Amino acid sequence: MTLDFALIWAGLIAFAVLAYVILDGFDLGVGILFPLMRGEAHRDTAMNSVAPIWDGNETWLVLGGGGLFAVFPLAYAIVMPALYMPITIMLIALIFRGVAFEYRWKTVRAKWVWDISFALGSLTATFAQGIALGALIQGIPVVGRAYGGGWWDWLTPFSLFTGISLVVGYALLGSTWLIMKTEGRVQRQAYRIAWFTGMGTIGLIGIVSLWTLFLNPVFMERWFSMPRMLFVAIVPILVLATAASLFFGLNDRRTFRPFLSAIGLFVLCFAGLGISFYPFIVPPSVTIWQAAAPDNSLAFLLVGASVLLPLILCYTGYSYWVFRGKVSEDEGYH
Amino acid sequence: MDLPLAIDLARAQFAFTVSFHIVFPAFSIGLASYLAVLEGLWLYTGRAVYLDTFRYWVKIFAVVFGMGVVSGIVMSYQFGTNWSVFSDKTGPVLGPLLGYEVLSAFFLEAGFLGVMLFGMQRVGRKLHYFATLMVAVGTLFSAFWILSANSWMQTPAGYSINAVGQFVADDWWAVIFNPSFPYRLVHMVLAAYLTTGFLVGAVGAWHLLRDKTNARARLMFSMAMLMATVVAPIQIVAGDMHGLNTLEHQPAKIAAMEGHFDTHAGAPLILFGLPDMDAAETRYAIEIPKLGSLILTHSLDGTVRGLKDWPREDWPNAPILFWTFRIMVGIGFAMVGLGLWSLWLRFRGRLYDAPLLLRAAVGMGPSGFVAVLAGWVTTEMGRQPYTVYGLLRTADSASPLDAPAVATSLAIFAIVYFAVFGAGVFYLLRLMGKTPEAGEADMPTGGPIRSAGTTPALSLHPDRRAHPGKAQS
Repeated sequence: MTLDFALIWAGLIAFAVLAYVILDGFDLGVGILFPLMRGEAHRDTAMNSVAPIWDGNETWLVLGGGGLFAVFPLAYAIVMPALYMPITIMLIALIFRGVAFEYRWKTVRAKWVWDISFALGSLTATFAQGIALGALIQGIPVVGRAYGGGWWDWLTPFSLFTGISLVVGYALLGSTWLIMKTEGRVQRQAYRIAWFTGMGTIGLIGIVSLWTLFLNPVFMERWFSMPRMLFVAIVPILVLATAASLFFGLNDRRTFRPFLSAIGLFVLCFAGLGISFYPFIVPPSVTIWQAAAPDNSLAFLLVGASVLLPLILCYTGYSYWVFRGKVSEDEGYH
Repeated sequence: MDLPLAIDLARAQFAFTVSFHIVFPAFSIGLASYLAVLEGLWLYTGRAVYLDTFRYWVKIFAVVFGMGVVSGIVMSYQFGTNWSVFSDKTGPVLGPLLGYEVLSAFFLEAGFLGVMLFGMQRVGRKLHYFATLMVAVGTLFSAFWILSANSWMQTPAGYSINAVGQFVADDWWAVIFNPSFPYRLVHMVLAAYLTTGFLVGAVGAWHLLRDKTNARARLMFSMAMLMATVVAPIQIVAGDMHGLNTLEHQPAKIAAMEGHFDTHAGAPLILFGLPDMDAAETRYAIEIPKLGSLILTHSLDGTVRGLKDWPREDWPNAPILFWTFRIMVGIGFAMVGLGLWSLWLRFRGRLYDAPLLLRAAVGMGPSGFVAVLAGWVTTEMGRQPYTVYGLLRTADSASPLDAPAVATSLAIFAIVYFAVFGAGVFYLLRLMGKTPEAGEADMPTGGPIRSAGTTPALSLHPDRRAHPGKAQS
């Protein structure tokens, strides 16, 4: 029996993207919530809660891009030109928010500039990612081995809607992260915000899911053909259960559960996308196996990945462990 | 007036974004190693001056590293947005190399950076030093893989071409250790060390000019000048070997760098001149007879090929290569000169006491960056008109591009880069302008991250931090 390297790599790339969405999701979310915070001390606390780890979080995005180039070069070559503008806007926005982590502490006069840079950069990057996701879901036309559509195909009501949805979703991750990592007034505000972002996220998940079904009859079939339906129906049921866990957690003022529940929602949505997409990597026409690099490329990188990925997870976990615990509001910048 | 072609705009965009980017890694590769050395010396000797100098530079490292990360993410997506045909064709070979870079280098750097910047009080000295080492090792791994990928584009090896026109690897060892890679790796890592060395030296000299007793400034200056004395001559030799390797594999590039249009035995070395591609001659050439052949072939009458040996459409841009190469070499020799000068004064015991040397060192502060950029322009423009040398033309590599879209994104990148990185350089200069003090403060955001209950006793006795020899309580 030979290994299906393309399938293994599809799983690994999917894992990298999911890791990115969750990890950078909460620190982008903190940026999105920045303007809602009152006073510099609160913003300092919020930013400090993610400062030591944002860099590692964003590296998953590089793995997503670099990994796609390595193992699914055809998908990379088709998707990137198709999403030219949203990707470019996302990259620019990530520059603004990334440098703010350092620049913000280097100035007193212009600190507000980097506050705006951080908040607007986080918001724009998230919105652009959501648009890119929507554009991918609605399908990318392919001619030969290249993108076959126009320069504005990505811009549709659906992609704008997924953009907004992701902003709300990341804001949920950000607010529940702050619940977990802060105390006092910042935490109390985060609890209030999490109610709104939580309800918003649940509602938007429902709308996007239904809308997706009507975009492409294939998606409908993935979910409603028997006996498949019996198995995949577990996803929406779990979404409801996780949502309940989130709101009970918020109601009981639990510190960890809201964040873990929010992560659960993202994992389930991601699984739902996987069910809709599989076996396509660029819907509606390019499959995982068509896009994959030759087996020797996949095998060569897999050897390294099977050693390095577990190591990465270990020391990333260690880094989170080192910076565990609450970020105190009282210990201001000095 | 004709509008610029989409492909020219895409090339301009790549050149612009990669030039901005390379400045930061060139600095952070060297600085990460320097920080590891400083912290190691502190742990070994227990002298506070090393810790103070470490803390001074780690703040600068944080800013440089952040700028490198965000400008680097742009690069990893630009292959796909602007160069999708290249991505499709070379992905199976270059993709895994970049994949290894991400897995072995980027995660390592990012994973330990937080501990290195903010974690001294949380993890204790030994683990903190381990984190610093991992960041330094990560930068070197990164250089290894990215230079391997770049070198493969210059001197492709170990590949074949499959049915759909993709390059596929036959022999990964041959792909990774392609003919120009070892030379390019050594040349670039040394360049990164020299770049950092000259900047550190300039900062040290700047502060010595104000107060020649400042122990931190003396340490920086002394270490930097030692770097110049030892490494700059090695770099000249490494560069020469790299040049001979280029002559073997990319002779047209050398012809353009040397301004040779005609092939002749016993070729002169053209010191200066104006290569004219249309006239196919180098105007106003100032030459040394026979020396060109002697340097390139180690024989006075060796044959040196000129650009006319190749079809006109395969020529790289001779005027640019000719001049960027000379800028790089000129700076290299100036670095050797400064190194020797400092050695002379060191022996005479006047290293910190020679205003002229200090001023020269300040002036040479940015020279490494200029040399790195000039060198990269030489080698990358010398690869033209190909992306994969001799095999895939640049014109056949681009995405199905739309000129207005590329022009728009190029304009946005230009404005944003100048604004954002301009601000960054301003903050960096301000940090470097601050006098390195005894008892230099830790990273400014270090304080608030500490949480109750996990503060090691060490940090409650800040005066004891400078004595690593004692057992941790």
